[in-house]
Amino acid sequence: MRMSENTASRIKLAILRVIVYAILIFLCVLCLFFFYLMIVNASRSNAELAKGFSLLPKGSFIDNLKNAWNDGSINIPRGMLNSLFIALSTAVLTTYFSALTAYGIHVYDFKGKKFVFTFIMAIMMIPAQVSALGFVQVMTKFNLLNNYIPLILPGIAAPVVFFYMKQYMESVLPLEIIDAARVDGSGEFRTFNTIVLPILKPAIAVQMIFSFVTSWNNYFIPALLLDKAEMKTVPIMIAQLRSADYSKFDMGKVYMFILLSILPVLIIYIILSKSIIKGVTSGSVKG
Amino acid sequence: MKKLHQAENRKNKSISYAKWGYIFIAPFFIAYIIFTLIPQFLTIYNSFFETYRDGLTQVGPNFVGLENYKALFTPEAEGTIRILKYAANTMIMWIAGAVPQFLIAILLALFFTSTRLNIKGQGIFKTVIYMPNLIMAAAFSMLFYTLFSRVGPIQALLEQWGVIDNNFDFFSHTITVRGMIALMNFLMWFGNTTIVLMAGIMGIDQDLFEAAAIDGANSVQVFFRVTLPLLMPILVYCLITALIGGIQMYDVPQVLTNGRGEPNELSRTLVMYLNGYLRNKNYGMAGAISVIIFIITGILGGIVYKILSAQYKEGAAKHRERKGNVI
Repeated sequence: MRMSENTASRIKLAILRVIVYAILIFLCVLCLFFFYLMIVNASRSNAELAKGFSLLPKGSFIDNLKNAWNDGSINIPRGMLNSLFIALSTAVLTTYFSALTAYGIHVYDFKGKKFVFTFIMAIMMIPAQVSALGFVQVMTKFNLLNNYIPLILPGIAAPVVFFYMKQYMESVLPLEIIDAARVDGSGEFRTFNTIVLPILKPAIAVQMIFSFVTSWNNYFIPALLLDKAEMKTVPIMIAQLRSADYSKFDMGKVYMFILLSILPVLIIYIILSKSIIKGVTSGSVKG
Repeated sequence: MKKLHQAENRKNKSISYAKWGYIFIAPFFIAYIIFTLIPQFLTIYNSFFETYRDGLTQVGPNFVGLENYKALFTPEAEGTIRILKYAANTMIMWIAGAVPQFLIAILLALFFTSTRLNIKGQGIFKTVIYMPNLIMAAAFSMLFYTLFSRVGPIQALLEQWGVIDNNFDFFSHTITVRGMIALMNFLMWFGNTTIVLMAGIMGIDQDLFEAAAIDGANSVQVFFRVTLPLLMPILVYCLITALIGGIQMYDVPQVLTNGRGEPNELSRTLVMYLNGYLRNKNYGMAGAISVIIFIITGILGGIVYKILSAQYKEGAAKHRERKGNVI
């Protein structure tokens, strides 16, 4: 009697497992399907693409790459270089100054510290779009249109990264180390740069990746500030591709443009997916 | 002796190191004031003025009080109030993506954390489902446009299968355009939500599950009586941050419809509306829309702040406790 009950529940579990794996595989296929089509189509020539749907890659990948890379109207290598410069600078500035701000609040006692912390938490969720109008006006006044300063420097004030750093410091940064450094005669900035930053390395690495990706993908604000062709970033070029006269386009090249625009982030993700996924949770609420 | 030294240190710290606190947080606040706070005030200020370009002539700025807000909510000739229409579009598309996003994320989080199911290959599954979250929304949207366009492969495939005929256009039907936008939003966010909820479930005290099992609760009861109530703060946090993200919906519909919000402006979102006024330099109306979005996100952000700070205090207390135990 007990035996059969046991086997019954075991069969039930086995069936349940099959269903669960089927759901998981279906969702993974759904996630990869469109990107797979993108890569396949980036390897097909315009004539092959005109024939319709195919799941098999063809041999025109290099040709499409050459055509996209040397395109006259959309200068994708220049766009990637621009985006790379902005995203890297933002990533460095954001993480350094967020750590600095978090350190200032974590280590020192000063009047209004509680208010400062509350204030940063309170502004965390306000999106950039709602001050975009004034932002464009101020940047116009400072003559900073078609300039990367308004895309990089605002990264110094990043409440979400600050919050992450603050939480990280609470779990790894004992104040005794700082006292010890002081006894050894280390100045406050030197302590931060040479002792504290190395301790924060894992947190900085994770947040650098996230700020890089956010900056690389950013479309709304850059599109309001940049209109010179040689200054444009990748998302602006992609939107430009969408508004171009479609019928004249070599479709293989279009797929290649899209592939190139996401390639740097894909490469980073393939290499660092483990630490990126870990980083997703540690910044938010914990159970 | 050591105690005395520490006390002395603490006293020193509060006396002579305070200024370093201000120095360390100064860059943040200078950047915040220049790039966010002043622009924010300017935006609000603009909303009370009539400022726009009429061809080559600049009209205004003339102070008009609340006229811009009134204009926003005044029905047009055919009776539509644009801002409400676009807000409804935004919400419909957000909900159409968020419902499957949350249902599937909860389900997957339960699968991944179940010791009974003991799912193998979790790392690969998580890597794949999180991937779309990092992809440039503009590029993802462009990819969808290319794949679903009249000359695209999906159209060709479905024609071949006889699902649609030659005249069908994915971009001329409200349901297909909104459906594509919702699908993209779903794909970009369900992996993220799954991972956050998983961490939430793993943070629940395991003893509670054991106690429930001893009491003979089945898995449905465990979910509704133990997991769900304890997961609530995180679930609410995820929902509201997702809603704030939804209100900002822009890149995907903008690129997909080339800024036109086709068909019949039924996929135009609030931020696309704002962007339109920013582009043709009608700063009065752009200001009023910004203020309205600011108020909505401000209220929602307030709720997130409440949840975060409650969790934060709890976390800090737990941390102190743990430290205390060690010492």
